[in-house]
Parts: sequence; C-alpha cells; structure tokens
Amino acid sequence: MSHTIEQLDAEASVLLAKYSSNGLKNKDRLAIPVQEMPSQAPEIRVNNMEEVALGYTEAQVIVESMRCLQCATAPCVDGCPVRIDIPGFIALAAKGDFARSIATIKDSSMLPSVCGRVCPQESQCQLTCTVGKVHKNVDKAVAIGRIERYVADWEANHGTRSIPPVLSSTGKKVGVIGSGPASMTAAADLRRAGHEVVMFEALHKAGGVLVYGIPEFRLPKRIVEEELHTLSDMGVKIEYNFLVGRTATINDLMEREGFSALFIGSGAGLPNFLNIPGENLIGVFSANEYLTRSNLMKAYDKAKAGTPLFDSKKVLVFGGGNVAMDAARTAKRLGADEVNIVYRRTSEEMPARREEVVHAHEEGIIFKYLHAPKEILGDDKGRVTGVKVILCELGAPDSSGRRSPVEIPGSEQVLSCDTVIVAIGNSSNPLIEKTTKGLKVDRKGHIVVDEETCATSMPGVYAGGDIVLGSATVILAMGQGRKAAKAMNEYLLAQEKVGGSAT
Amino acid sequence: MFTIVDKRKMSPEVFRMVFTAPYIARSRKPGQFIIIQQGGDYSERIPLTIADADAEKGTVTIIFQAVGAATHQLALLDPGEAIANVLGPLGQPTHIEKFGKVICVGGGIGAAPLHPIAQAMAQAGNELKVIVGARTKDLIIMEEEMNKISDDVIICTDDGSYGRKALVTEPLKELCEQWKPDMVVAIGPPIMMKFCTQTTKPFGVPIIVSLNTIMVDGTGMCGGCRVSINGKTKFVCVDGPEFDGYAVDWENMMMRLGTFKTQEQKAHHHCHIGLNIKEGEA
Repeated sequence: MSHTIEQLDAEASVLLAKYSSNGLKNKDRLAIPVQEMPSQAPEIRVNNMEEVALGYTEAQVIVESMRCLQCATAPCVDGCPVRIDIPGFIALAAKGDFARSIATIKDSSMLPSVCGRVCPQESQCQLTCTVGKVHKNVDKAVAIGRIERYVADWEANHGTRSIPPVLSSTGKKVGVIGSGPASMTAAADLRRAGHEVVMFEALHKAGGVLVYGIPEFRLPKRIVEEELHTLSDMGVKIEYNFLVGRTATINDLMEREGFSALFIGSGAGLPNFLNIPGENLIGVFSANEYLTRSNLMKAYDKAKAGTPLFDSKKVLVFGGGNVAMDAARTAKRLGADEVNIVYRRTSEEMPARREEVVHAHEEGIIFKYLHAPKEILGDDKGRVTGVKVILCELGAPDSSGRRSPVEIPGSEQVLSCDTVIVAIGNSSNPLIEKTTKGLKVDRKGHIVVDEETCATSMPGVYAGGDIVLGSATVILAMGQGRKAAKAMNEYLLAQEKVGGSAT
Repeated sequence: MFTIVDKRKMSPEVFRMVFTAPYIARSRKPGQFIIIQQGGDYSERIPLTIADADAEKGTVTIIFQAVGAATHQLALLDPGEAIANVLGPLGQPTHIEKFGKVICVGGGIGAAPLHPIAQAMAQAGNELKVIVGARTKDLIIMEEEMNKISDDVIICTDDGSYGRKALVTEPLKELCEQWKPDMVVAIGPPIMMKFCTQTTKPFGVPIIVSLNTIMVDGTGMCGGCRVSINGKTKFVCVDGPEFDGYAVDWENMMMRLGTFKTQEQKAHHHCHIGLNIKEGEA
C-alpha cells in the first residue's frame, strides 16, 4: 500500500508544522512515524528502467531527521564501516542546513549519493540505531540512508558540488587499478595529498560494479558519472582499456612506468556456476553476463544497442543476494512473463538488502525458498527447458553461522523455464596474481593485506575491495580504499624523507 | 587513441587494418587477442585476433571479416580515424617450443592469427608446413606472409578457384600419413577445427585449436565464453583461447555460438546497407 509522493509530502508537512517548534522531547521524536520512501508504482516501474525510489521531499527529510534522538553514544556510528558522523549530519538536515549536512558526510565518505542508495543500512548503521531498538523493530530505526541520499542529491541538484582541494604536487606518480568504489575512494584521497594519480580501467567505461553490475533502476548511472567527474576535476587521470596483468603488469608499472605506489582495487572476478549438468546449455547465464549486457552495454534499449539480450519468457534466478534481485528485476523489466528467485535457504538467511527484496516482491517476482538445483535440462537444440530441483529443509548452522540446507530425499521436481541466471557469487580473478612476481594471495586467490594499512606483500603495493574481501559491499570497499590511501600517503612521505636525506 | 594508420580491403568482405596501440604492440604474444568497442553507449564489444604487431612503431595489425554489425562499422573507418576502444592483449599466449615437425592449418580468416604463431614456431627451430584454406580464391589470405616463413605452403579452396580443390583436412591427412608431424595448430571456423581434430586423432598427433566464442568483457567477468574442456567448464578469455583440440566439446561450443542467432539476424539486415553504399562510392 504505497502512497504517492504528493500524499507523503502532505503528511510530512502536517507533522512538520506540528513539531517544528523547538523543544522536542524524546517521547515526541519516538512518536513520529518513519517517513515512507516515495517510489514509482510497481505496475509502472516494471515497464521502465528508471530509478524505483524517488527520494524524500524536503518536508519528509526534515521530519525523518527529527526522529533521531542524538544519542551521546551514537551507536549508529559504530555500525558504519567508515564511521560517518551520523548524528551530526542528521542534526544539520533537521535544521534544513543541507549544505553543511552533506559536508559532514563527505568528511568520511566519498560517495554518499551511491551509499545512500545501495548500502545495506538495516544490517549496519540502522541495525544499531536506538530508535529501532526502542520500537523493537529495525524497520522503525531512523532512515539514515534515505536522509544521506537526500542531502547528497540536494548538493548535486543545487550545483554546489564542491571539488575537494588538492595539495601542491608531490612529484610522485601513483596508480589505482580498477575504478569501482574502492579505487574511486583511494584515487580521491591520494590526489588530495598532491600525488599524480592514474586510474587504470579495463572496460570502456569507469565505475566498476556501480556501472556494469548495479542496474539503472537502483543506481542511475548519471550519479556515478557525476562522481567520476569530480575525480577528473580534481586531476585524476583515467586510462581506459588498460587491463593490468595484460596491457602492462604490476612489475612493469613499478619498474618501467615510474609509479611510486599502486592500489589494486580490481574487484570481484570470475562468476561461479552451479557445477551441475547442463550449465553450458543455451539460456544459462551468469548474473554478471546478464547484468553487464543490460547495464554496461545498454542492451535493455533493444532499438539502439548493438549487444543482444536473450528473449526470455520464464526465468529462474539462482541465488539470494542483491545480484540475484538485480538480475530478476532486470529480467522482469525486459519483458519476461514469469521470474522466479530460487534459493536454497529461507527469507531469513537471504543476504539481499531488505528494500530490494520488498521491491522484488512488489514487482511480482516469485520466491521459491528451500529449493536446490540438481540439473539443468535442455532440448535437442541445446536450449534450456527446465531445471531439476530438490526440496531442502534447514539443518545445523554452517561456518558462516547460517543454517545450511539439507536435501529431502525423493523430493525432486522439475521447474520449467527458458532462461537460467546464476547469481551465486564470484571467485577471484587470477590474472594479477599470476602476472605479478612477489604478490601474496590466500587459498581463495584473494590478495593478502595488512588489516590496518591494506599493504600487500609487495612494497608500495596496496589492495582493497572485493579482490581482498571477496564479495563485500560498496561501503566496505570504500573503507579499504580510504585506509589504503592513508597508508600510501605515509609510505610515500617516508620514501621522500629517505630520498631527501640521501641527496 | 587507437588511430588507424593503414587500411586495405583484401576481398569484398575481408579488411586489414593497422592502428596505433603502443602497449598492446609491446605486450602481445602469438595466440592473444583484443576486444574492440567503437564508442558511445550502444556499440558492442567484439573479440578480434591479432595478425601482427610492431613494437617499435607501436602498431597492431588486425585482419577481419565484416560479418556482423560491429565488424561492418569497423570496416567503415578510414586511416586518420580512430577506434574508440581497444583492450588487450587478452588470453594466454601460445605455448611455443621446439616440437620438431609442426603443421599450421588456417581456415578463412583464421589464417591471420595463425601467422604470428607459425612465425614463432619457425623461429623456435621447428620444421614448418602450412595449409591455408578458404571457400574461394578471394578469401585466401596471408599466402605471401606464410611463404616467407615456410617452404611448403599448401593452398586449398572449396570451389577449386585457387590451389587445390579440397578441404584443409585432405592435405592434413596426407601429411599426417607421410610427414608424421609432432604438433598441429589449427585455427579457423569451429567446424573446420573439429574436423581437423578428427583427422589427426588416428595418428596420435597433438593438436592445438584457438576458439573464438561469444564474449562481453574479455577479462573473465561474464563467463559468456565458457566451453567444456574434458568435461570441465573453462573460460576462453582467460583460460584460452587455445585448447587441446581433443578435449573440446565441439557440439556444445558450436551450439552456444547460436545463442543470439535470432537477434543477430535482425541486426545484420540493417548493417549491410551502410557498407554497400561505401563500396559503391569507392
């Protein structure tokens, strides 16, 4: 039962008139209802690629900000991987001082317009929020992410986007490999310190997973472009079509091309498949491929795009994360009649961001829990016709703490479909490891780094994001980018001192 | 900037293009490939093989057949213009060593990427024989270049318009019987490579093939290029493009090439128009 933006704004305006006098007591704040996010109606948005969530109105953001109790202990900050001063920016938003509010966020976070949209707030800052605890419901916590998004968008819409100041040149050249959230953050912080920064991107567009992975309806690409413009305006140079490990190696860059330090933020690598018979039939795609075709190559625009997308009628998506939701909702928008998310566990264990699950439900995506795939079936032309699945029940918790699915013997059944999308995570891409002498990786191929500094086993080489963490979130990747940049600045400064005393 | 410095039309559908790409020219090894994208939001990314490169001049040579929308657009570019995006070199280089006697078999456009491999095989001290085949005389490429590195270059055409009227498998079989090669490298259409593996198999000669599958990014991220090798899923872009010809599941590989057949047929109808106008003007 969603309301129009006009209705929501009118309700918020009434509350605003009621509460705008100072002297709000905690009891009053706790009585203010959570402000609902205005959204495109489900029956309309399944026919377009436009953003689903429209963003708060000014009245809504002020009212929502008034719900914050301004706890002295600020448990929300402990829940934030980059420790944004959350009570600080919310207090400013409550006063309508959006310029200072966004400036407060930007002290700690490089990409608030992105994080406001894609962070799993309900398992981070909003999980620890006192208001949610009082109401015994995390959904009633202060909507920190929505407020963050509002002030970030406010800045973009008011043309007051500020270019972070850059210190005078240090004469050092630093490379950043990849252009996703970890790399964007590292590049900004390194450039601020006065280094020449070159970002290496393998694809023809920058932004990494924010561009090829997350769909337009969840994160409009103009927002990512805006952030990349900021980097360019700061003087960060982006080299496209440059695959480190092939176009040139890490050793080439350090020894031949004059880079004093490198940050590796090359991201998640190779898509995992189900490892069951039939996975190479026509109509079986990794979510990476399906989403890259749609997002990066714009295949959803069938009239204009050179890249084709499969015409699907009935789709099964395997997985329960954000990527599975993105793939399912994309398939729906591309005209599939029926889209199912098939997951081995239940909704409780599903790792996807809550809002995405709700949106998927609203859009008519069918959830089949406790089903595990056994075999993909095809016709004589090699095209997918269905998937043989087996029912499961939940057993004892596994190493991740989640209860693991146990197959129920004899419960096999066939789900018919013409398309299978596999969204069960990625394994690390071995390219950099294999082409770099002296770089240590773990058993899974993730680059081994010092937890505090993100330093790798190679002097001057740092790493962060999914190539270190496996599949993580945008904000964790950003956190590592920031940590690494700080350590790199210190490393470069120390080098300078060594160099200085020698001459 | 990947500026085109030379362009030649080798046959009505086959083009040779030289463009600047200093890093690729320097890093590339025989057997590797590139991916191009011609700018803007909507152009497709397509894999193309590298025919030659000059590290000193910083140039890369490609030879391609205008078969789809993207290759047709590429064929319309002239010297002085630039290809917006070129990524590479991609894939594993060919394993080159002194095997002894080596036969290199190239079918159609496959003769182009075969050339640097044949050259490297010769340089490694192998005795080299080359078979180049195509549908018809116009589509025979690299004959001159191959003659420079091998004393024995056999040309075949399906229609007999040039060289022997034969499929490449005929001379391949004869050489297996009489010359007893230690290694065969075959690059061409999948069906040709498949029949080459069937030809060499009874003789127990190892055969390397180079696969050109559907790809999007070319860096391992999408998995669209996956093939079944000895029953295991491998990615052509990072594990290949070359594989042991006997280990490839050819039926599955050829089937997968048809994934987007219906969409591609629609697109191809449009793209032919522009190229024909260009040809008329020339």
